Amino acid sequence: MAALLEEAPRFFGYYNMLFLGQAFAFTALLSLVGCGGGFVFGFGLAVLRSERIVRFAPLRWVATVYVELFRRIPFLVKLMVIFFAFQLAGFDVSGFVVAATTVALSASAFSAENVRAGLEAVHKNQWDAAEAMNMGGLTALRRVILPQAWRIIIPPSMTYSVGLVKSTSIVSQIGVFELTYAAKILNQKGFSAGICFGTILLLYFALCYPLNLMAARLESKLAPSRH
Amino acid sequence: MPHLVIEKLSADYGATPVLIDVDLAVERGEIVAIIGPSGSGKSTLLRVLTGLLKPRAGHVHVAGTEVNYASAEALRKVRDRFAIVFQQFNLFQNMTALRNVTIAPTIVKKRNAAEVEREARELLTKVGLAHRIDAYPDEMSGGQQQRVAIARALALKPDILLLDEVTSALDPELVAEVLDTIRLLAQDGMTMLIVSHEMAFVREVASKVVFMADGRVVEVGPPAQIFDAPETTRCADFVRRILRH
Repeated sequence: MAALLEEAPRFFGYYNMLFLGQAFAFTALLSLVGCGGGFVFGFGLAVLRSERIVRFAPLRWVATVYVELFRRIPFLVKLMVIFFAFQLAGFDVSGFVVAATTVALSASAFSAENVRAGLEAVHKNQWDAAEAMNMGGLTALRRVILPQAWRIIIPPSMTYSVGLVKSTSIVSQIGVFELTYAAKILNQKGFSAGICFGTILLLYFALCYPLNLMAARLESKLAPSRH
Repeated sequence: MPHLVIEKLSADYGATPVLIDVDLAVERGEIVAIIGPSGSGKSTLLRVLTGLLKPRAGHVHVAGTEVNYASAEALRKVRDRFAIVFQQFNLFQNMTALRNVTIAPTIVKKRNAAEVEREARELLTKVGLAHRIDAYPDEMSGGQQQRVAIARALALKPDILLLDEVTSALDPELVAEVLDTIRLLAQDGMTMLIVSHEMAFVREVASKVVFMADGRVVEVGPPAQIFDAPETTRCADFVRRILRH
């Protein structure tokens, strides 16, 4: 403890703060773009898998195969595959693009399942009534099904997003400059592991906690409980 | 030609045939009741008519035009003529009574919102729910929900109203209020195809009764024939069993 206090003034110097601040911003942006893009894509996949909306079965199968496949590949493996896929395809992209793509593809598969579970939790008689009065699948989804499904979709999606924010630390494996990578570098520069990783621990918490608060707000806004 | 003509209509659930060569005709302004044991295909027939289940074979003519259930366009047109009220009400849980009634006319038929709302208020008043206009389905009794569902169906201005066991999910003391509502429609001359287990009600309002069993139409006739002098033993057995209590 005394050692920690002794190195603290040096550790929390201007350049280190700038360094960690950039890494924090990188992780935050990566989480936002990855989770956001992944949710939108996953939402689309869930819609594609819905028999009530997509009548063309092969399209549903493709979406199902994608979801089932990507849910079963570890994050690190996905990261490596995407990293080398970009290289093989001859695209010289930044670490951020590789990382964001990996996060988004992971998020899409899991989001698709969360959304699907929410859509299926709405009683099928709601679809029947909408269909019998000539409402198209997407109109029924927007006006009838989703307002009832958000309540079921949001909590697991937010839990998953928080999990994914934490998983972004894995992208340090390909040398992408994010929060965990920054801590490793500072550690190698001679600061103690305790102060380096203790600091990013708090930063990860600072990133994830507002997400939980946002989840609660989103839930009360999109799925107001009348009781 | 009758307004609705069904010829040799057949449908399956998976590999199980649930409708077999059903023939039926409904004249404009007529009230036709379908009775029969559960699993006889009564509700399935209504689901096929509204395109919720694809028929395997047979023909349906509405107002002299054959309906091609394989065509999305034809299906849309036929759904404009039918409105269905379900056993479980199927009200949209996220909408008030009023919104349940106005949604399809405004969103699907793109009619003027103010005009639709005025009509919806009239319809809800007609079914005795003027005071429940802003209530959500889970705040209403089953009888009230079913009356909203009837108002919702009427707001579509259907040629033919399909009623699928509309009182079966209701507590006994709530059945009368829904039947009274249907009587009102009968007085207005609404063409109706009613699947029901309320035999006394069927006898009172129906001009024609269809007895179905095992996916087939077994006997068709006026209520007096079906209930007092059925020609088939199958129908006689059913009527005897159901009227005993």
